[in-house]
Amino acid sequence: MAAKKGFDIFAHQLVPEHRILSEEEKEELLKKYKIRISQLPQIKASDPAVLALDAKPGDVIEIKRKSPTAGIYYYYRLVVED
Amino acid sequence: MVSNTTIKSLVDKSILPDNVKEELYGKLIEYNKKYKLKKKEVQAIIEEAEKEYENALIEPGEAVGTVAAQSMGEPSTQMTLNTFHYAGVAEINVTLGLPRIIEIVDARKNPSTPIMTVYLDEEHRYDREKALEVARKIEGTTIENLAQSMTIDILNFEFIIDIDPERLEKSDLDMERIKKKLEGSFKSAEFDVDGYTLIMRPKKAQKIADLRRLAEKVKKHRLKGLSGVGKTIIRKEGEEYVIYTEGSNFKQVLKVPGIDPTRTRTNNIHEIAEVLGIEAARNAIVEEIVNTMREQGLEVDVRHIMLVADMMTLDGVIRPIGRHGVVGEKASVLARAAFEITTQHLFEAAERGEVDPLNGVVENVLIGQPVPVGTGMVKLTMKLPLKPREV
Repeated sequence: MAAKKGFDIFAHQLVPEHRILSEEEKEELLKKYKIRISQLPQIKASDPAVLALDAKPGDVIEIKRKSPTAGIYYYYRLVVED
Repeated sequence: MVSNTTIKSLVDKSILPDNVKEELYGKLIEYNKKYKLKKKEVQAIIEEAEKEYENALIEPGEAVGTVAAQSMGEPSTQMTLNTFHYAGVAEINVTLGLPRIIEIVDARKNPSTPIMTVYLDEEHRYDREKALEVARKIEGTTIENLAQSMTIDILNFEFIIDIDPERLEKSDLDMERIKKKLEGSFKSAEFDVDGYTLIMRPKKAQKIADLRRLAEKVKKHRLKGLSGVGKTIIRKEGEEYVIYTEGSNFKQVLKVPGIDPTRTRTNNIHEIAEVLGIEAARNAIVEEIVNTMREQGLEVDVRHIMLVADMMTLDGVIRPIGRHGVVGEKASVLARAAFEITTQHLFEAAERGEVDPLNGVVENVLIGQPVPVGTGMVKLTMKLPLKPREV
């Protein structure tokens, strides 16, 4: 994916898995937490992970975080322009 | 007796998080062997576990931020003010303890002692010589590092550098290459090599001060290695060799052949954010704080630290905790004024005609109202049976 750099950042230990949510999943997420999209945490469009996924501002990224207390949980960030 | 697969499917169906599920599954299997449980019993156990889990969850209205601040603040009073030793690597100085915690939380652009931990790939990992080879590529070397003595000859208007042959050999350079490098970078001077002595003459005879300035520049000129990186140290950790570097250049080091880019890291959190993204930076903040605390023999629950890291990375950039970051961006004027530079915030708010809806905790403490925390979160509203009659 990030072939131009020669190194896939998702291979690094510190970087969790990122995934772009589809429109339906986005709706579902907002409904589940009863929030507006602007209330989500943000991630810049220039973020290396966003560039690697080729996500556009307005997309929601699902991050599969590893947690010492809960095992695996999901975190969501809205892609915003810089 | 129930089979393991039914237990698994029952556990998987529960609302518990993965870690708890795993533990519960393991325990159920164990007890199933001992007591030959019935399916109903297994179900009851899982339900009980779910109930316990729900009770253990943080309730809405809990002042998690305040608790996190206190949980990190109290142990930090017990930290030694300055410790300058890195576990094992005595040669490299590292900021630890309270100054390091402050550095992380303030999101300083450059840590006072940047350090990279460079792991090596399969080929270079187990051999000291090969590790040294990689370390040489990373280590920044200047004339100053190689020189035995340096003198300015005022009479002949020269700068004379005596190179230490031993150090020269170690650095994998030779006199000719040094000469070429310097000639390429300094057009205003001539360089002569005589054995292990390097002589620099400015082309135009100028003032002594100019010679001194030029000599200073030549001294600091990087002959090889990555910019920003100084000394490197190779240490054996378990089976493999690991390189520690003084100074940090994360972006460049990932491109050096022979290193393992998936594990290599730096203690400069901004560099991590730039190269690996905000999520990696969040993880780095958590790890750095946990490691600094543990190094001091203090144990703080990770959940507090994770909350801090999440707040710091909420906007997609690293914000410091404090006046210029998290607190400074609070919506309420009174909350900001209560923290620092009170008058300035009040004047500015007055100028802009800001309104404070008094939704937060701090502003309500300030004016002496019940705070929206815990039971204070709840509002009672009454549905009046009467509606204003339409006229």
